[in-house]
Amino acid sequence: MKVMINGVAHEVAEDMTVGQAVRTLTASATGVAVAVNDEVVTRGAWETTALRDSDRVEVLTAVQGG
Amino acid sequence: MDDLIIAGEKFSSRLIMGTGGAPSLEVLDQALEASGTELTTVAMRRLDPRARGSVLDVLHRRGIKVLPNTAGCFTAGDAVLTARLAREALGTNWVKLEVIADERTLLPDPIETFDAAERLVADGFVVLPYIGDDPALARRLELAGCAAVMPLGAPIGSGLGVRNPHSIELIVEAAGVPVILDAGVGTASDAALAMELGCDAVLLATAVTRAQRPELMASAMRSAVQAGRAARLAGRIPRRRYAEASSPMSP
Repeated sequence: MKVMINGVAHEVAEDMTVGQAVRTLTASATGVAVAVNDEVVTRGAWETTALRDSDRVEVLTAVQGG
Repeated sequence: MDDLIIAGEKFSSRLIMGTGGAPSLEVLDQALEASGTELTTVAMRRLDPRARGSVLDVLHRRGIKVLPNTAGCFTAGDAVLTARLAREALGTNWVKLEVIADERTLLPDPIETFDAAERLVADGFVVLPYIGDDPALARRLELAGCAAVMPLGAPIGSGLGVRNPHSIELIVEAAGVPVILDAGVGTASDAALAMELGCDAVLLATAVTRAQRPELMASAMRSAVQAGRAARLAGRIPRRRYAEASSPMSP
């Protein structure tokens, strides 16, 4: 299936979790938050939340700003 | 002690810093130290695996409280989602709410800002909204449960100073929550003026991070905020049209 991770299309396994999607970008989960289709997925639910085809995953962190 | 109190939390510094525009994390770190700030904003963006070092590490090392903003949001919905992501990522329910109307002016959109503020307050956030210098909107946001109001002095990054001191005074007069002058500060006298007008704190970034010597400007801003606060508390003399002799006129 195909999912978007931070705006980039990825062909991934059917059972990919949010946690696995995060690990394609970073090994450290500190200071990171995830939304799937504009809904926050809390850290505790990353490993049990499976992605579905066409999901939009946004992985955010704090940067310089304001 | 003359502490700044926001949502029950005490700060001995009345200078709130932003982190945007610094040429490097090292320069930012030195500027933050020189500023004496205890509360500093960060933005939320897509994680970049190539990024080296983190602004969060700098803030944690200095013991500075993180204030995430919703910069880059154009709608209430975007801002609410960004605030929730910041709460999840950073473990804070504080948010500097920023919903801008267009990219040219970066002026805040009052309708979207108010909508987002109501939703975030209902969701348990400590909301500090960035707004125009509008006394009526400031009052409405306070009544909606915001923990502070942050009127602009001038557009973000413009360095034009406090363009409408009268409106800032009107906001201060009516406010029961801290008033934080946010945006537009170009140099130390702008920050001092904001405090003299009765603002409880000043938030600035560009004036320091893009100064030729950021660390020195941060130190200047720290002094300016302290001086402006002291002058406010001291009570300035009234302005007069003509001279009033300060020496005895009789021989």
